[in-house]
Amino acid sequence: MSKLFPKSVNKLPLQIIVYLGVLVGIATAGVTYYMTPKYTRVGYAPVQPVPFSHAKHVQEVGLDCRYCHSNVDKSGHSNVPTAQTCMNCHSVVKATSPLLAPVRESYEKGTPVPWVWIHTTPDYAYFNHSIHVNRGVSCVECHGKVNEMDTVRHAQPLSMAFCIECHRNPENRIRDPKDVFNLDSKTLAEQGRQKDAQEFLHNWKVKAPESCSGCHR
Amino acid sequence: MRHVYLVTLFVAALLVSILGLRGVAFTSPPLDVFPEWAFPGMKYQPKFRPQSSSEFFADGRADRMPPANTVMRGMLAEDDHLFRGKDAAGAWVKTFPAAIAVDRQLLERGRDRYTIYCQVCHGAAGDGNGITLRYGMGSLTTNGNYHTDRLRNMTEGELFNTITNGSVSKVMLPYADKLEPADRWAVVAYIRALQRAHQGTAADVTDAAARQTLGIQ
Repeated sequence: MSKLFPKSVNKLPLQIIVYLGVLVGIATAGVTYYMTPKYTRVGYAPVQPVPFSHAKHVQEVGLDCRYCHSNVDKSGHSNVPTAQTCMNCHSVVKATSPLLAPVRESYEKGTPVPWVWIHTTPDYAYFNHSIHVNRGVSCVECHGKVNEMDTVRHAQPLSMAFCIECHRNPENRIRDPKDVFNLDSKTLAEQGRQKDAQEFLHNWKVKAPESCSGCHR
Repeated sequence: MRHVYLVTLFVAALLVSILGLRGVAFTSPPLDVFPEWAFPGMKYQPKFRPQSSSEFFADGRADRMPPANTVMRGMLAEDDHLFRGKDAAGAWVKTFPAAIAVDRQLLERGRDRYTIYCQVCHGAAGDGNGITLRYGMGSLTTNGNYHTDRLRNMTEGELFNTITNGSVSKVMLPYADKLEPADRWAVVAYIRALQRAHQGTAADVTDAAARQTLGIQ
């Protein structure tokens, strides 16, 4: 009987197993790297109907976050400002700019400006803005340095791991309450005031929930 | 076998070049790793979130205005003095409402709110020298300046009404959506403090340390 297969075929089963192992390794690496919010959400910077620059309004004009997001310290939802908020100044400043046409139209007709939502939690997770900003957690912790952004860009993954990391060790992220809306400020820990941070957590009864039902309620 | 590995490497390199790296800015809507068709009703639940959109209502908004001639529970603003700045006869009040205690705490709250919402135009000293002046809005001689006889003599009720409904000239738009009635009274108190401070003399400084700092003999 002649040889049907060359001798090298004897090694084939082993080679296939090794190759499958390599494939699984590549797939694992791919899923780990690509299938998390660190890839899918960080960097999201949609084109907005009005090219509003946070950098200009915060750094040049000196507006506080709450001038526009006026309910962030009172409500679970941090509001996108009404068109009237824009018109407080833009009824006079750049009153005829074509870039502001959607805002003027919204103000006159009462129709919404179609802003594109960037930072959002999935519907199965509960998040309350006011409790965070009223307990020393600054905007910058989740939204990044919006005060330096011309176009708002998703800066942090806002994944469950991201939330839990802070909920387990809030003392590393707490700011002096008067620094919360100053995005260039430092956390108490960064200022070397760990003792103040611990005291703050105790005095203000900060008990960041780590149980499932804290957020998935 | 070498060819299989080369092809695998090529495919992996191709995928990485298509998907890119983490944190690169992009404008298209983020990818859903757990898509809605596979996991219905989790990430997008059949509920409305604040300021979201709805195809059900004609104006496309999920947020609804209260029906005409209705009052929300607990929101019946009966007290004319507290909510409108008027007395029983319909004249502007010259005092603060009984529910508002004018004390240090109220002034500090007023300063806080003033700095966020008013300083932009009226300036830190209340003289109309706000940042908007640089952009052609307002002037030091108009109503933006609190240190004029007209505004010194303006009643508390009328100041409150201006914050609530905007100025008579329509240059200043209403701030009722940003400042609750109690906060508006706090701002009125702080405006009075600014006006008093503007009229201050060296004799008004009673604190010994402050006198030394200011160089008053």
